[in-house]
Amino acid sequence: MKFFLESRRLILLAAGIYIVLKLLFSFGIVSEYIQQITIYVFIVVLAATGLNVIYGYTGQFSLGHAAFYGIGAYTSAYLVKTLGLDSVFALPATLLAGGIMAGLVACVIGIPILRLRDDFLGIATLGFGILVRVFFDNSDRISETLGGSRGFTGIVKLTNLEITFVVTVFLLIVTRNLISSRYGLFWRCIKDDETASASVGIDTTRMKLMAFSYGCFLAGVAGALYAHLYTFLHPSNFDFLRSIDFLIIVILGGMGNIAGTIWAGVLWVGFIEGLRIVLPSNVLDLRWVFIPLLLIMLMMWRPYGLMSKKKGNG
Amino acid sequence: MGHGSWGEDGMTAMLEVERLEKSFGGVRAVDGFSFHVDRGETLGIIGPNGAGKTTVFNLITRFYTPDGGRVRFMGKLITHLPPYRLARLGIARTFQNLRLFKDLTVLENITSAHLTGHSYSPFAGIFRTRRHLRIEREARENAMMLLNFLGLGEKEQAPAGSLPYGEQRRLELARALAIRPKLLLIDEPGAGMNPREIQDLVITLREVKERFDLTIVMIEHQMGLVMNISDRILVMDFGEKIMEGTPSEVRKDRRVIEAYLGEEPV
Repeated sequence: MKFFLESRRLILLAAGIYIVLKLLFSFGIVSEYIQQITIYVFIVVLAATGLNVIYGYTGQFSLGHAAFYGIGAYTSAYLVKTLGLDSVFALPATLLAGGIMAGLVACVIGIPILRLRDDFLGIATLGFGILVRVFFDNSDRISETLGGSRGFTGIVKLTNLEITFVVTVFLLIVTRNLISSRYGLFWRCIKDDETASASVGIDTTRMKLMAFSYGCFLAGVAGALYAHLYTFLHPSNFDFLRSIDFLIIVILGGMGNIAGTIWAGVLWVGFIEGLRIVLPSNVLDLRWVFIPLLLIMLMMWRPYGLMSKKKGNG
Repeated sequence: MGHGSWGEDGMTAMLEVERLEKSFGGVRAVDGFSFHVDRGETLGIIGPNGAGKTTVFNLITRFYTPDGGRVRFMGKLITHLPPYRLARLGIARTFQNLRLFKDLTVLENITSAHLTGHSYSPFAGIFRTRRHLRIEREARENAMMLLNFLGLGEKEQAPAGSLPYGEQRRLELARALAIRPKLLLIDEPGAGMNPREIQDLVITLREVKERFDLTIVMIEHQMGLVMNISDRILVMDFGEKIMEGTPSEVRKDRRVIEAYLGEEPV
């Protein structure tokens, strides 16, 4: 097995970043708040990579990615709370559970809706996102633990730098290997021309479902990490606007570009949180205006992403 | 005509199409159309624009669902199978308006087709097992062989969409061959080509057929091409077969001259 083939630079880079972050964290050079934001960057990158697989590589336009992020978060938080698994060693299992739950749900709804194309699929996934949000809002009727519209409180804090780092780097390598395998090639074929894909023997339905489920699995794992980082979940964390955030990161970084998604995720979180520091508190909410403006400008001048060399030709 | 089951009693129909029907909004595009192709044969389908030729291809390869009729491939009923299954059984096609994977490289266009028939699991892909690496290497080698054969060997890393038109046509043919087909359906390979390019195409198609042991059905407008290469020609109009025969018979037929060739036979 050559899992780490062509990964040496990546691993070295990751190790370097880890050591720097660990030093910054442990000598109290950066505040608790910045530490949390740093871990959050990894989570956002992981979830956005999932959307990149779905949209950037396979061309399946999804406006409901945050719903799967939420499903992962609620699943893991619920398992930890009801089963009392409040040790760091149980975390990998509940992360996996969160991811698998998100992937399974994606598989079930993907079977009917993935036949839709482009904007129709966008609307269907948007609808599903709203459905999940309403479900979270009323979740206290199923189990008091889930908290409904009051939010899911009292989640054990388990997410730390190490686990986030290892999980994210591992899943990024898994994703890269998948992308460079025949599956990634079929996904890109489907994005390019679905009819031609079928004509050379690609089972397009199955491949689209696989990309969608895998991308949502990544979102689910990211959501589970998120739940145990912030220890509080609210349905509004997983609504339509959050899906748009992931979409912007994918577009910003360039469709079908994992390195781009990483950079865009860092920039994105840095930008939002940076504005929080820079802007006076009475105009703080204006930062949500900058983001859509950025998106509009991006579409006008760099429709293939900030990191892409390809420029739009109008 | 009674073309029986494949192989057993020496019957050699590669493809049998029986009373195929398809309407679009009340217009009968294909109206009870039947034909067969024998193993190793090259069949040309000609007819005016809108005669229903491409629709027949789309019905055989199941990109359209037929309203009625049956299709047998090597004796096996295939009318109900989805397009990707037909490709894996050995039916390859090219498209009238070219459908390459434009953003993929020339090489990837071919390896993707090769890899549909040579599988390894997602886990083999993630953990890069020996099997995965071997299959990927074979896919590249096979693709390079095909590209060299069709004179595209130098362009392997170019995006397919950046190739000149004639090379895109050849690449599409190479991609169809990469699935190791037994039957090749070609839709207007000579469209947009000058007489010189048509000459090259005739040579290429002959070589390809010989080398890959193919049965070919070809839709074509260029008389020079279709008359030159077909063993048998079938003439279509208004979704029906109006006649069938050898190139020289078709050339002489009055109905064909009127319906299709115009006043002057070519």
